[in-house]
Amino acid sequence: MRRDGVLTDYDPGSLFCEMLRPGEAPHHALSLLRERLRNLPVEALRRRAADAERDLLARGITFTVYSDATAIDRILPFDLIPRVITAEEWRTLETGVIQRVRALNLFLYDVYHDRKILADGVVPRELILGNAAYAQMMVGFDPPHGTYVHVCGTDIIRDDTGRFLVLEDNARTPSGVAYVVENRHMTARVLSDVMIGLRVRGVDEYGLRLHRAMAEIAPPGVSDPQVVVLSPGIFNSAYFEHVFLAREMGVPLVEGRDLIVLDGSVWMRTTAGLAPVHTIYRRLNDDFLDPDVFRPDSELGVRGLMQAWHSGRVSLANAIGTGVADDKAVYAYMPRIIRYYLGEDAILPNVDTRICAEPEGLAYTLAHLHELVVKPVAESGGYGLLIGPHATKAELEEFRGRLIADPANYISQPMIRLSVSPTLCDTGVQARHIDLRPFAVTGRDTWVLPGGLTRVALRPGSLVVNSSQGGGSKDTWVLA
Amino acid sequence: MSEAVASSKHLIARHAGSALWLARYMERIENLARLLDVTKTFAGDAEAGRNWLSLLRINGDEAAFFEKHAAPEATSVAHFYLLDTDNPTSVLSSIRNAKDNARTLRALISTEMWLQINVFHARISELTAINIAPEELSDVCEMLKEGVQSHTGITEGTFYRDQCWHFYMLGRHLERADQITRLVDTKFNAMLSPAATDAAIDAGQWNELLRAAAGYHAYRREYPHGYVPREVAGFLLLHGGFPRSARLNLTQADWHLMQLRGRYNLRGCAPVLERLDHLQTMLNSQTVDDILSRGLSPFLDWVQSEVAGLHGDIMTNLCGG
Repeated sequence: MRRDGVLTDYDPGSLFCEMLRPGEAPHHALSLLRERLRNLPVEALRRRAADAERDLLARGITFTVYSDATAIDRILPFDLIPRVITAEEWRTLETGVIQRVRALNLFLYDVYHDRKILADGVVPRELILGNAAYAQMMVGFDPPHGTYVHVCGTDIIRDDTGRFLVLEDNARTPSGVAYVVENRHMTARVLSDVMIGLRVRGVDEYGLRLHRAMAEIAPPGVSDPQVVVLSPGIFNSAYFEHVFLAREMGVPLVEGRDLIVLDGSVWMRTTAGLAPVHTIYRRLNDDFLDPDVFRPDSELGVRGLMQAWHSGRVSLANAIGTGVADDKAVYAYMPRIIRYYLGEDAILPNVDTRICAEPEGLAYTLAHLHELVVKPVAESGGYGLLIGPHATKAELEEFRGRLIADPANYISQPMIRLSVSPTLCDTGVQARHIDLRPFAVTGRDTWVLPGGLTRVALRPGSLVVNSSQGGGSKDTWVLA
Repeated sequence: MSEAVASSKHLIARHAGSALWLARYMERIENLARLLDVTKTFAGDAEAGRNWLSLLRINGDEAAFFEKHAAPEATSVAHFYLLDTDNPTSVLSSIRNAKDNARTLRALISTEMWLQINVFHARISELTAINIAPEELSDVCEMLKEGVQSHTGITEGTFYRDQCWHFYMLGRHLERADQITRLVDTKFNAMLSPAATDAAIDAGQWNELLRAAAGYHAYRREYPHGYVPREVAGFLLLHGGFPRSARLNLTQADWHLMQLRGRYNLRGCAPVLERLDHLQTMLNSQTVDDILSRGLSPFLDWVQSEVAGLHGDIMTNLCGG
């Protein structure tokens, strides 16, 4: 029996393993979980995984991939072996995320009002005011409770010493929370014998908390605010999540064509005529929200919505112009931004990032080029990136020239050996790299869903967890 | 029905329309499966070609069919009605449309409803020419009927009965009222044509008709003495206990509209109720003999166009056009 167990042939090598945690003090629930996994034959796990996959497809817990003529519903590959976070770790993550969201909101308020942080030279003026995501219309605008980022997804990794590091802030319309809840439903169905008694914290509160936050940010004076979720429609690849959000909040799932702006207010078209709308949780990017203001060709948005919002008749989550806070270059300044507004060190540190616009950063980067990842801040999608350890001498020299010519365009980071988790693969249970995206909901205060989306890079050795590049997900168990 | 307080929640007009369409498309699948199955079962005789042709007539699909196929026989008609996505009345077209509407309503319908439609859609999409060969056709029809009946049962047991449910039920009743008039019209035209002798209209044909409408056993019980055309027509169109009769379905549609008007205050119901009232009066005030003496076909055409009118009125006045 033991020979076939899920963890029998598993060997994470020198990487930090979230399941085995060598060197850590014994932890009762983790030991119990490991024991159960040792006693669970791999073939049994494989059968359950096949059941789960069928179930996800039947339930349409899918994202849609469009090719020329067909639409294929794909499931996000789901690995049954859970990722575990201890209560102590979660306290760090939770307070760290809350701290970060507070700083992001204070930062956004500042850059759209007095710009003190720019005047004090903490963040370069040009980086913010010249940023494509800086929204002029936000200048002087006061969102309820000073909250801009109502839903925040913070991408967090662990390095080979087990240290949590923030990789990225997602302050626009972060997605994935539906998988957190559906993954839990799935493990509860097919892995209840492994889960029982471990005191895993529940994730079912999300819709309730989100609705509360959406009600809190509604325009003042409305006693029972009407909240809606605004989706681009059934052909959007994330439509399943939009359904999830509407259903969990118990509010209508609308498209732009269901809304109309009349007399400066937003209304929805119902069977009884027009009914007022007070808060819109929009899952449309800024550009598509209002053809009067942004893309005139967009049919997904609502004409006049920006005007209604700007005059305070309707609230939007997230606010316009939050992209200026989750920019790659601004990310590098986040530890300083936190210190500037809160007078605290970041509870969750950034990946050690050097800003090449600064002389020390440039000097360090040039001296360690062969061991660093150097990223252009203006580009996205990995374009123009140098991975020092994988580059040839000639490439390093060529890049050195570019870096010296335009240092302000670059940041550099060390190569991180991401933590791993045992993952069921074709060849058996193997170590695969993972990350974590907790979701923070903010109305008046910030609440963090215990857990978050654990993404797993299913290809051997791969550090890329994105679903478009062979990534999957795991259920995230936060222990009470 | 209890008179508990109705939900005060708003229903997006477009979602009301989707609920109505969802029910109609699902009904169409069962209806088509019944007709195909019965036609196949009774097509073994010399009249095979005529039977398949009458199926095309019921749905008004002759022109579209003959564009693609030379003669109506089991294989070509089955393909046309099961797999042909160019044909908007095919089962595959209907389930796709049903799924799109269910997808639109996914936050409103029950998880079980969505799951079943999703799986049913996948099952239909996998059908190939081999699966629908004449010897397999009955099995396929059985699968389709069961699929829709599961849907109907799951809906009955899990769909929260707020506004959205009423719109869904309106769709079901309008579709059934429409389908029965088409079935009666086509079959009676064939059976009562001057060429048809009494001998030609044998018990088998009445059997076929009643089975297609899921009314065979009930009819036998009501009229044990045998088949009289006016009694069959009266049963199918006007009987208050037959689940697919035009009268019963319009009565039920009326009840749903009254609920929407009375409990949910939907003013848009008024013009729909007015039209429905007139249609019900015309059905309820006439005996089947009155109808037959004035001409069955023109009357049924009128009923069909009024049912279409009701659908249009609901869409315009309540579902955002």
